[in-house]
Amino acid sequence: MSAPIIKIDGISKSFGTFKVLDGLSMQVMPREKLALIGPSGSGKTTILRILMTLERIDSGHIQIDGEQLYHMERNGQLLPADERHLARMRQKIGMVFQLFNLFPHKSVIDNVTLAPILTKGMPRAAAEKRAMELLDMVGMADKAKAMPAQLSGGQKQRVAIARALALQPRIMLFDEVTSALDPELVEEVLNVLWRLCSETDMTMLLVTHEMGFAHDFADRVLFFDRGKIVEEGKPDEIFRNPKQERTQGFLKKIIAAGHRV
Amino acid sequence: MTQWSGYFGLILQGALVTIELTLMGSVLALIMAFLAGLGRLSRFFAVRALATAYIEFFRGTSIFVQLFWAYFVLPFIGISLTPLQAGVLALGLNVGAYGAEVVRGAIQSIGREQYEACIAVNLGRWQSMRHVILPQALLVMLPTFGNNAIELLKATAVVSLISLTDLTFQAQVVRSQTGNTMVPFTTILVIYFGLALIISWGVRSLERRMARGLDGVRV
Repeated sequence: MSAPIIKIDGISKSFGTFKVLDGLSMQVMPREKLALIGPSGSGKTTILRILMTLERIDSGHIQIDGEQLYHMERNGQLLPADERHLARMRQKIGMVFQLFNLFPHKSVIDNVTLAPILTKGMPRAAAEKRAMELLDMVGMADKAKAMPAQLSGGQKQRVAIARALALQPRIMLFDEVTSALDPELVEEVLNVLWRLCSETDMTMLLVTHEMGFAHDFADRVLFFDRGKIVEEGKPDEIFRNPKQERTQGFLKKIIAAGHRV
Repeated sequence: MTQWSGYFGLILQGALVTIELTLMGSVLALIMAFLAGLGRLSRFFAVRALATAYIEFFRGTSIFVQLFWAYFVLPFIGISLTPLQAGVLALGLNVGAYGAEVVRGAIQSIGREQYEACIAVNLGRWQSMRHVILPQALLVMLPTFGNNAIELLKATAVVSLISLTDLTFQAQVVRSQTGNTMVPFTTILVIYFGLALIISWGVRSLERRMARGLDGVRV
């Protein structure tokens, strides 16, 4: 049995007086595909944001690939991580946002090549060749020269996925990547996720309300409520036969809202 | 009958001085605006304090007094400036203080999601600023920068008080030599207005060019 690639150990996080995460612990194995589900405010997005270092934790520890994320080991002591340590750790992690967050002043291909050129010192030609391969994979190669404002939401999200992949992260975080899309555009983004899932060995964490997709995609499903993991298990167990009352209630509401399971 | 052509030549020479002052003052103002505007957003308290002190001081005192100070007081501490140098210094520092707030406001108007996207693709602070935030913020700054440049152009008239031969100074020369008030002052009124129009047009076309592609219509 190999070591977990993500090891979260008793982390807490509050926004003001609202405790989003309360002593949460969890582990993710390399190549594992995880779906995080639960009502809004349950803390699932916050976990992704903490892993991407967009939010800091109040207490607890996180290890990525055996290394502390928010702490540095110096002479056997754990110190708070500095910007250099965080930058090194971020190389292992990529994130795709609900609202795409593309750079609006840059063309599609420049969105994808910017970070590899700046952070990895990749020559432009090599970065563009790699970007075209990635854009081809997400079906956006013909729009390489377009500006983000000319694209539909689904197209933007596929570019955002290519941008995150360009840095070759070992862990990819997907934060409700289809929630802002018109229903007819959801499919094209899910198809890309599906390809990533079957063709790469990245570890993937997916926060989603697409229960049908979560069921097919995930190796393991975690149900969150009020900053804690209420229930976890194989997709079939969680979706067909949830044991906890809160999980049952949540799934009932989701189905009533018209989501396929 | 007054020989007006000679006097118009004088006024045109004044116009050149005014344009020179405006250009040089704008360059200094732009530099100061970015230095102090970015300084206001610095992580370091000392830098923030310095930038704030500069901005408040130069916004809070009169451009006349600043100019007199640069020209008449600095020599007492061993710094003698030509009228042109004193003019550029006072105008640049004064308008730069207003510009700094424009820079700060524009940078802060860029949404948090852009900063987060920068972190997610692992750009450093300066890389994010240089490649993602500033290019977008620049577009927000431009219209107000245009206003500031016009303010600077109009403020150049104060340098006539330290006998720099700009438009206003030359108009006074013409007036005292010809005894005619209406012609020289109407002429420079029109010239100032023409120069201001040129600045407006220039900034607007720059704005159009920079906004290309951002709204998804023009490419």
